[in-house]
Amino acid sequence: MSPRLDEIWVYLSTTPLLGLTLTLLAYQGAFWLYKRCGFHPLANPVLISVLILAGILLATGMPYQRYFDGAQFVHFLLGPATVALAIPLYAQWPRLKAMALPLCIALVVGSLTAALSAYGLGALFGASRESLISLAPKSVTTPIAMGIAERLGGLPSLTAVLVITTGILGAVGARYLYRLLRIHDPAVRGFAIGIASHGIGTARAFQVSEQTGAFAALAMGLNGLATAVSLPWILPWIERLFGG
Amino acid sequence: MLAALTLLLLFQLAGEVIARALALPIPGPVIGMALLFLALLVRGGPGDDLRSTAGTLLQHLSLLFVPAGTGVVLYGSRIADEWLPLGVALVGSTALAIAVTALVLQALLRRREPPAEDRR
Repeated sequence: MSPRLDEIWVYLSTTPLLGLTLTLLAYQGAFWLYKRCGFHPLANPVLISVLILAGILLATGMPYQRYFDGAQFVHFLLGPATVALAIPLYAQWPRLKAMALPLCIALVVGSLTAALSAYGLGALFGASRESLISLAPKSVTTPIAMGIAERLGGLPSLTAVLVITTGILGAVGARYLYRLLRIHDPAVRGFAIGIASHGIGTARAFQVSEQTGAFAALAMGLNGLATAVSLPWILPWIERLFGG
Repeated sequence: MLAALTLLLLFQLAGEVIARALALPIPGPVIGMALLFLALLVRGGPGDDLRSTAGTLLQHLSLLFVPAGTGVVLYGSRIADEWLPLGVALVGSTALAIAVTALVLQALLRRREPPAEDRR
């Protein structure tokens, strides 16, 4: 009996079917739990899915690359989904236009705060140089951040993990922070979460309201542009500042 | 839905081509988003098909981050070695970025709008 099971496992672990199915199952399980918890931010579906899948990979010894061969079909949709963010942006355009100058100022300040504080705190507590460079673009959406890290000498796949952790932290923590700081305007809430925690923050923002989501999508796109253009210029300066 | 999906992929493709041709540090999908946004401004909004397909895709945006996030299994030893600086940097910097952005934007908006908009 057990040699048959072995054969089935060997077969399954070499086709993309298993990685793809596991991803969808884990996410649906995590989303069910998220719903049962009344969309409580601590039950974040990305966090729970990643924990389930990482647990499965570690328990079965399946290499990440083999899992990703299947999961890449889901990963691929990040591209068209990013393009699709133009639609909620368009819906909020009148309000965005009216707020253009404050949004630009908040973008510059927020973008610099995210990169500087990530590098600075990491350096202060003794992270390695590779980790520091991988940390600097951590508030930017995954594909942009990976590109930046690669260009600057970080580890792109480590950056992806740091970016996603940042997104989860923002999605989980923003509500408490906003309550503490008495920030109630959905536009302000969305914009700040989009600057600090990109697509995962934006996904959370869309679950709160379409307006919050649209401002988050705008902030995510703008921060991606701003960081991709500015970080290569300011990184040497940041490194000198923190003696990295 | 098929037409809308094709349209999204076409804009992504255009974005990739522009990014590569001009050697821009910006990823193709972000340029594609900007192009589609401009197209919507010119055309006066998305059709029903595009609106509903985009809505479906964005409703499950969280799912799309799961495969890359699972890459955490590759970094067990680095995370074990550097958990303190990485943890402090991620938590501290995320909180700071949210707080600073929100406070700056709120202060700037208050200055131009009457505080009647404030609900509390």
